[in-house]
Amino acid sequence: MTTSRVTDRRSAREFVDAHIVPHADAWDLDGRVPEDLIRKASEAGLWAPFLPEQYGGAGMDMVTLGEVHEEVGRGCSSVRSLLTVHTMLSWTVQRWATPAQREQWGPALASGAALGAFCLSEPGAGSDTSGITTTATQTDRGWVINGTKKWTTGGQRADVFLVFARTASSIGAFLVPRDTPGVRVRPIEEILGTRASMLAEITFADVEVEREALLGPSGFTAGMVLTGTLDLGRYSVAAGSVGIVQGCLEASAAYAAKREVGGKPLRDLPLIQAKLSDMVTDARAARLLLAEAGRLKDEGDSATLMATWIAKYFASTAAARHASEAVQIHGANGFTPDYPVARFYRDAKVMEIIEGSNEIQRMTIAGQADREKP
Amino acid sequence: MSNTAQGQILDFVRGRFPQAELDAAQDIFALGFVNSLFAMELVMFVEKTFGVTIPNDELRIDNFRTADSMAELVDRLARVAA
Repeated sequence: MTTSRVTDRRSAREFVDAHIVPHADAWDLDGRVPEDLIRKASEAGLWAPFLPEQYGGAGMDMVTLGEVHEEVGRGCSSVRSLLTVHTMLSWTVQRWATPAQREQWGPALASGAALGAFCLSEPGAGSDTSGITTTATQTDRGWVINGTKKWTTGGQRADVFLVFARTASSIGAFLVPRDTPGVRVRPIEEILGTRASMLAEITFADVEVEREALLGPSGFTAGMVLTGTLDLGRYSVAAGSVGIVQGCLEASAAYAAKREVGGKPLRDLPLIQAKLSDMVTDARAARLLLAEAGRLKDEGDSATLMATWIAKYFASTAAARHASEAVQIHGANGFTPDYPVARFYRDAKVMEIIEGSNEIQRMTIAGQADREKP
Repeated sequence: MSNTAQGQILDFVRGRFPQAELDAAQDIFALGFVNSLFAMELVMFVEKTFGVTIPNDELRIDNFRTADSMAELVDRLARVAA
């Protein structure tokens, strides 16, 4: 049976409830997302629906993309994280690659025939991107890349990597197929959360790529490629965080209605009501911030950059806070794999770290405060 | 709000950096606050406000050094598109 196409929040929710929610805890224990789900996501057009129709995408707007990623995040943060990095690479190809490269990669990225991953962090550099040491040296034939990337989401499974490396003048973005000689992938396992996201450490040893592998402009605007890629990743992480809050809310509301204390359901207790009311409120507030960032992206408005920082900061802190409260509502049951809140709790923490730690985000947002003073 | 391209660009830069005293011929890079985040904001602002798409080979520092040079870039791109 063919899987229905995902075109909006409603169809995304149906896909997630049918194909992700029933299996997410098993994938978490297994430490990987199965090929069957990757195939179903391809059939549903989930991988890069924002790409133009000419490349097999659906031209999906950013507001809807955020809603779709929220729904996937509600079901499983590991699957959402695979979508996030694939989205980052696909967007970068669409925005910065040559027409020939878009022809080469666009259809495969839209269909999921080729999965992408994002290689920025290194053993010694995470949010501090200026600290990366991977190098790209220009030669007569193209570039030679040397270095080690760490915490590459989807790295165990990806077919093509977007590698950020230091050039003579700036930090450049390079498109590197996995099968290029000199690329070595080492799985990272036993992580706290998003355990099925197939993290990897990837070593590039004298990896030769063609001249066109460098995407985007050079010089002062070279950083735009990284800024734009991270902005979209941050948007997806914000969406996934909203999904975690919603998942916590739904699980907690169901548990509080069923579980009784002293002959009454938990939901009648004022302190439980306080937790649930905060979940309802924060889910709506975070969703509105996300939608505002998405609307500004659709309009090409530069204000989307700050709006996305704010949405990601608010949503990720809300996710971590409410995942903790969701476990609290579930009591000892929340500590077991019998309920999804234990997984939400572990998955939520990393949302405060990835695509710019929340400490870095707050420093950036503080700059906005200075601009808003009378 | 100014009606000229130079004026609109200056309004945007001043909005981002209220402490800066700028005129249309002033080198914004010499002021020391241009980073990759602002570069992207600036390019997005120019593209949205003036309805142009800036190709990779025009994303050169000399095209963005002053409000005057950005206005010249906008004018050149608009003439190519016309």
